Amino acid sequence: MLTFILKRLGLALLVAITVSFISFSLLFLSGDPAAALAGETASGEDIEAIRRLYGFDRPMLVQYGEWLFSALRGDFGESYYFKLPVASLIADRLQVTMLLGLCGILFALLTAVPLGVAAAIRPNSLIDRLALFLSVAGQAMPSFWFGLILIVVLAIQLGWLPPSGASTWRHFIMPTIVLGYYAMPAIMRLTRAGMLDVLESDFIRTARAKGAGETRVLFKHALRNAIIPVVSLAAVQMGFMLGGSIVVESVFALHGAGFLAWESIARNDLPTVQALILVFSMFYIIFTFLADVLNAWLDPRMRSA
Amino acid sequence: MTTPLLSVKNLNLTIPTGSGTLHAVRGIDFDLHRGETLSIVGESGSGKSLTSLALMGLLGKSIARQADEMNFDGVDLLAANRRVMRDLRGNRIAMIFQEPMTSLNPAYTIGDQLTETLLLHRKVSKAVARARAIELLEKVGITAAESRLSQYPHQLSGGLRQRVMIALALMCEPDLLIADEPTTALDVTIQAQILRLLVDLTREMNMAMILITHDLGVVARVADKVAVMYAGELVETGPAQEVFATPSHPYTRGLLRCIPQPGKTERGAPLGTIPGVVPSLIGEVSGCVFRTRCPHAQVACRAEIPQHGTASHGFRCVYDDGALSEEGELA
Repeated sequence: MLTFILKRLGLALLVAITVSFISFSLLFLSGDPAAALAGETASGEDIEAIRRLYGFDRPMLVQYGEWLFSALRGDFGESYYFKLPVASLIADRLQVTMLLGLCGILFALLTAVPLGVAAAIRPNSLIDRLALFLSVAGQAMPSFWFGLILIVVLAIQLGWLPPSGASTWRHFIMPTIVLGYYAMPAIMRLTRAGMLDVLESDFIRTARAKGAGETRVLFKHALRNAIIPVVSLAAVQMGFMLGGSIVVESVFALHGAGFLAWESIARNDLPTVQALILVFSMFYIIFTFLADVLNAWLDPRMRSA
Repeated sequence: MTTPLLSVKNLNLTIPTGSGTLHAVRGIDFDLHRGETLSIVGESGSGKSLTSLALMGLLGKSIARQADEMNFDGVDLLAANRRVMRDLRGNRIAMIFQEPMTSLNPAYTIGDQLTETLLLHRKVSKAVARARAIELLEKVGITAAESRLSQYPHQLSGGLRQRVMIALALMCEPDLLIADEPTTALDVTIQAQILRLLVDLTREMNMAMILITHDLGVVARVADKVAVMYAGELVETGPAQEVFATPSHPYTRGLLRCIPQPGKTERGAPLGTIPGVVPSLIGEVSGCVFRTRCPHAQVACRAEIPQHGTASHGFRCVYDDGALSEEGELA
């Protein structure tokens, strides 16, 4: 198990370095950053001055190395637009996003897994139909639209919840539901399919032949095997939620990291975009790593992989 | 005569299908005493496994079970609720399955899975359960038993896994062991070992065993009683030696001609086959089910079939000698 974790950790590091290089170089492919910074009316000399000021005239590898080493120390430079250290800017915005992402994935898992299990126990029953309806609706409904409906009903008509902002926990209820409901269908369907599959297997029959009760059969013997693909899926979705909840963040005016990314791209705020891409990718890498470790704990056959 | 440990009378299993009711198992009767081995022999799909699952109360939801009597050591299995059945399963009636490769849970260690059975049924400590698991692993011939406890199923070979399954079934010292084709998935060399082991253990622990198989060679070696099953019915039952020496039902004789017999079958001589296929069991089934493949079939075979023979060795056929006299002429 330990060798497995170390191997995966090494792999994760390699991926992280590759991703950091790609994210750094991508921005150079998108045009001359100096020209973009200087603005449309700038003269050639101004652009040249900016190029030297920000160090764009040096070889790319040198720039990359410098950027990476300062990034490792937590220094991502200064935002062109906000004129603030990028690190503190992101850290600030990330709190909102992380809280939202965490609540979202928890909401998704806590609704999807029980529903998926219940649907698998009684296929084609009322609860299975309900689960299918919920998942189809969730997959078909755009997040922004669902968010707006919630605002109209829960915030404006009923007045139960604040429509936007991020100051209290009540502000997070609707965004959590919207974001969680977006991730829920896939997790639910995968849990259901996994459980249906596992419940047919010989070792479940063995468990029953041992005299194990139905609850024990379902949760100890079946779910542990059925949940393995769900873990991987949830990790990817968690990564997506942290980086890609731009729509939800805009609808509910939660100024999180996703929203910051969108702003920074629009403003050509290079250091911020670079740092955000790096941070988002790191999240993916970390969650994938955690999912691998969790899966190896769940299924011993994966430990030798 | 003592009361049997297990007594089954007129067991019927039906499965509703899109094109009518499938009468998978019909009118099964048998008794089993402690220390006896009953072998149920038959082709694939003859209802052997369903019969054993019916005893365990592990049939799928769609399969309907009816019987005049199903009594296990004073417990009426027909009336038993889930709680009662759960207490019996793994504890007093244990089962070994055909597929050792997939019958163990891949996510738990051998030790976890072995001790679980004992912990479910007995109020014992984990240490006691572990000790019992080690004892049984040694008993089924697994070396380095203690270190096996922390291994996972995928780290063991098929033969070892089947030994683990046997140890698992024996954890609570059951009164009845049902072995459903326990050696089918194994190498021929391992098959004999596993069978020997099962027989020795049933003697040692004074268990009754139902051995389900399609392999007559297996039956000849280990069974006390044989029940020959064809298309959901028991066509012939009796003491193993008698059935092999004087097979009465045409199907039993047909089966025996399919296997080479040392000393009797000549080298290079063709082995027998039974032409035809098993009839469909959907809808009403009447008369002799074997008549479509029987060389001696006649019109009377469509009607009710009488039971012949003695109480211990019986068979169902319109001929009171099972058409044995006719067969002599054919041969």
